[in-house]
Amino acid sequence: MKYILPLLLFIALSVFLAIGLKLNPREIPSPLIDKPAPAFKLPILAAPERTLSQADLQGKVWLLNVWASWCVSCREEHPLLNQLAKMNKVTLVGLNYKDQADAAQAWLAKQGNPYNVSVMDSDGRTGIDYGVYGVPETFVIDKRGVVRYKHTGPIQPGDLEKLFLPLIQQLEAETA
Amino acid sequence: MKYWFILTLSVFAAQARADIEYRDFKQPEQEQAYQSLINELRCLVCQNQTIADSNADLAKDLRRQVYEMLQQGKSRQDVVNFMTERYGDFVMYKPAFKLKTFLLWLGPVLFLFAGLAVVWTLRAKGAGADKALSAAEREKLKKILEQGDDA
Repeated sequence: MKYILPLLLFIALSVFLAIGLKLNPREIPSPLIDKPAPAFKLPILAAPERTLSQADLQGKVWLLNVWASWCVSCREEHPLLNQLAKMNKVTLVGLNYKDQADAAQAWLAKQGNPYNVSVMDSDGRTGIDYGVYGVPETFVIDKRGVVRYKHTGPIQPGDLEKLFLPLIQQLEAETA
Repeated sequence: MKYWFILTLSVFAAQARADIEYRDFKQPEQEQAYQSLINELRCLVCQNQTIADSNADLAKDLRRQVYEMLQQGKSRQDVVNFMTERYGDFVMYKPAFKLKTFLLWLGPVLFLFAGLAVVWTLRAKGAGADKALSAAEREKLKKILEQGDDA
């Protein structure tokens, strides 16, 4: 009987420590979820004389993938984006974050270009608006222009099937 | 030898601080606000540093953002709101006290009280146990004291 209380305390402490160990301090929850995607109007990488804004994508389910040619984990993620692009299920917009246009172009030429369009965030201001703190990051935005999900770090094998495709399907079913 | 050690240490100490850009302020209050803000905002890339302490690219961009907002006449609170709207409460080293963060603030105190409550109940229980002897125990004790415990 007298061991019950210490045992309970021990279990409680263990639970707290276990949760603490499991939490990933790199994964900061985005306050943008269920809020309108921050506005931007940025030059298009392939045609800098033209611009794209988030409003141009209204009515579509789209992914905003933050990438850069200097970003090592982007290299790891890229084949999965290529794979996603081949499925042709969603509009994939690249936010080319603090990069050089020619380096970015060369990178896409070499790795393949999964993006319907990429825009240039040369000074990182749009990145700040989206709360970007580590490249790559991927936002899923619904037809009304609302951010529904944020993925921090590279998309891993399995994430497409388990996470992105079901979510995209669900958002496609919603009315704009 | 000792001097080398001190010299090395001081070199590292000097480098621990980020090379902060020179910023021009018209009013001293603005400069104060800038200094206090960059020392309160967390660098999200290098999470245990403030943006004043970090040389990370993002920290530089955030310092620029703070500076520009203050130059535009925005208040301290405007800057704080701007940052938390984008990066969440985590961006503040001292997050605001609200429903979402109350455990962060009160958790340690709650744990302290829980611990005190446990100690208190254990002591109360222990104190109760050695108070009263039953008549039989009293009798037995008396016997032991008189005759030794082999009786």
